[in-house]
Amino acid sequence: MKSIVLKDATFIYPNDHIANEELNLKINRGERVAIVGQNGAGKTTAVKLINGLNKPTHGDVFIDGKNTKDKTVAQISAYVGYVFQNPDDQVFNNSVEDEIEYTLRYLKLPSEEIERRVKRAVELTGIEDFLDMKPFDVPFAIRKFVTIAVILALETPYLILDEPTAGQDLKGINKLSKLLDVLEEEEKTVITISHDMEFVADNFTRVVAMANKKIIADDIPRNIFWNESVVAASKIKKPEIGELAKEVGIEEKIIYRDELVNKISCSSKPHTNIK
Amino acid sequence: MSYIELRNISYKYPLSKANVLKNISYSFEKGNLYGIIGSNNSGKTTLCNLIKGLIPEFYEGELYGEVLIEGKDVRKWDSNILATSIGYIFQNPFSQISGIKETVFEEIALGLENLGIKEDEIIDRVIDVIKLLNITDLAKKNPNELSGGQRQRVAFASIVAMNNDILVIDEPTSQLDPQGTIEIFDIINKLKQQGKTIFLVEHKIDLIAEYADEVLVIDEGELKHWGKTNEILANKDLLNRGINLPQVALLSHEMENINEPFDQFAITKAEAKKQIAKRWG
Repeated sequence: MKSIVLKDATFIYPNDHIANEELNLKINRGERVAIVGQNGAGKTTAVKLINGLNKPTHGDVFIDGKNTKDKTVAQISAYVGYVFQNPDDQVFNNSVEDEIEYTLRYLKLPSEEIERRVKRAVELTGIEDFLDMKPFDVPFAIRKFVTIAVILALETPYLILDEPTAGQDLKGINKLSKLLDVLEEEEKTVITISHDMEFVADNFTRVVAMANKKIIADDIPRNIFWNESVVAASKIKKPEIGELAKEVGIEEKIIYRDELVNKISCSSKPHTNIK
Repeated sequence: MSYIELRNISYKYPLSKANVLKNISYSFEKGNLYGIIGSNNSGKTTLCNLIKGLIPEFYEGELYGEVLIEGKDVRKWDSNILATSIGYIFQNPFSQISGIKETVFEEIALGLENLGIKEDEIIDRVIDVIKLLNITDLAKKNPNELSGGQRQRVAFASIVAMNNDILVIDEPTSQLDPQGTIEIFDIINKLKQQGKTIFLVEHKIDLIAEYADEVLVIDEGELKHWGKTNEILANKDLLNRGINLPQVALLSHEMENINEPFDQFAITKAEAKKQIAKRWG
């Protein structure tokens, strides 16, 4: 029962624009899933079905067995935390600290609990140096971590990160990677939309590919990246090393550097299969 | 004479305590593509603002040193002429859309209208750019209703329409899917072939390896490494400065680690392909 379930979920905007068509997806508690796919494929609308901002026009979405149609966005937000793609859509307080505390105060949590949650969220996102700043004065890439901290502080069992890798440097990417590990240890479910194929290959064992409003594949990274029709339709690409392996004409489905090093080094036996 | 020259540039924003740029000097040649890399907050965007002329004109603050364009100090150039010769694509696509136009077509035309260009010519130029950027399906849409990636393409189109000689491009693909990213880089490459001088800030280091003629590494406001792309992006010191190396450069290093180095250190797929083909050949 403890899972997110999309059952033939279709979402049509009031102007008849179809954004999602018959999505079927089950994500269990504690799972880590990446969603990849072209711009405009419906990734963001799909996750908005999960957090209840969008209600399916046809079909159903269940969070821990509860149909989102029967719940308000506020009720669902106790289960599903959503970090917007554009941090500017999310921040409105006068300081980063106020921003993180805002909902916790609204929920009338005891002050020690607020303090504990803020401390944890700030540590996990590494934004200690920015707490007194106005959110809009914080550099864009770090503003994203501010909005992640806001949602982390809600301590929901499900989290959605919408393109957290956009504009991040190596430090930011590593920070996200560590964050995913911590959340997995805490058995939180994290759904991450990303265009960074190296990040997806390095950090996820399950990848959902979307194209033209639909889910077209749901598999391990290797199978996603080496399915040429999925790659073409969802406008993704193999990680750089996978591309290289393909261009060189290596038959195995290589996506990682160590696999390629093994394959091309003199000591390796010819035609060993890398699975 | 260099096309653009920075001489001992130091700069401090009005309210910042320390210098954001520290004693930077560099000469840029016409028609080259310069990759500007560094961790977030290293000063890359400030450097872009300086080249674009937003510093000190717009941001004020304390600027030391000189920025020379064709040998003449930017402060002595007519700011209208500078504005038409340098185009700037912002880092955050959400802030580049004007918000006042109802269609993408009009949004792209806005900058040209402001220059007082004749309507017929505006229409021709906008149509050309829409084709070049492959956004015909967006032309009639409201810019405010576009997805992040779509906005980024429209922002890019608005600048390409201006046909500036110098382009300062700050992370043009941060919101784009991988195929869209490749398309944008194809266009950047076309602009380079047209002889434009391009300054490109980009975290996607594999693409810098592929397209940049020279690379500047900025760390804490200082120019730490500079020069030919294949030399700079092979340098492991970049990792200490929060910058990843291209995947292929990491591969080249790993081949060195197992004592089977490539004959020539590779940083791009094409280079690596040659090296691997030699062994497999």
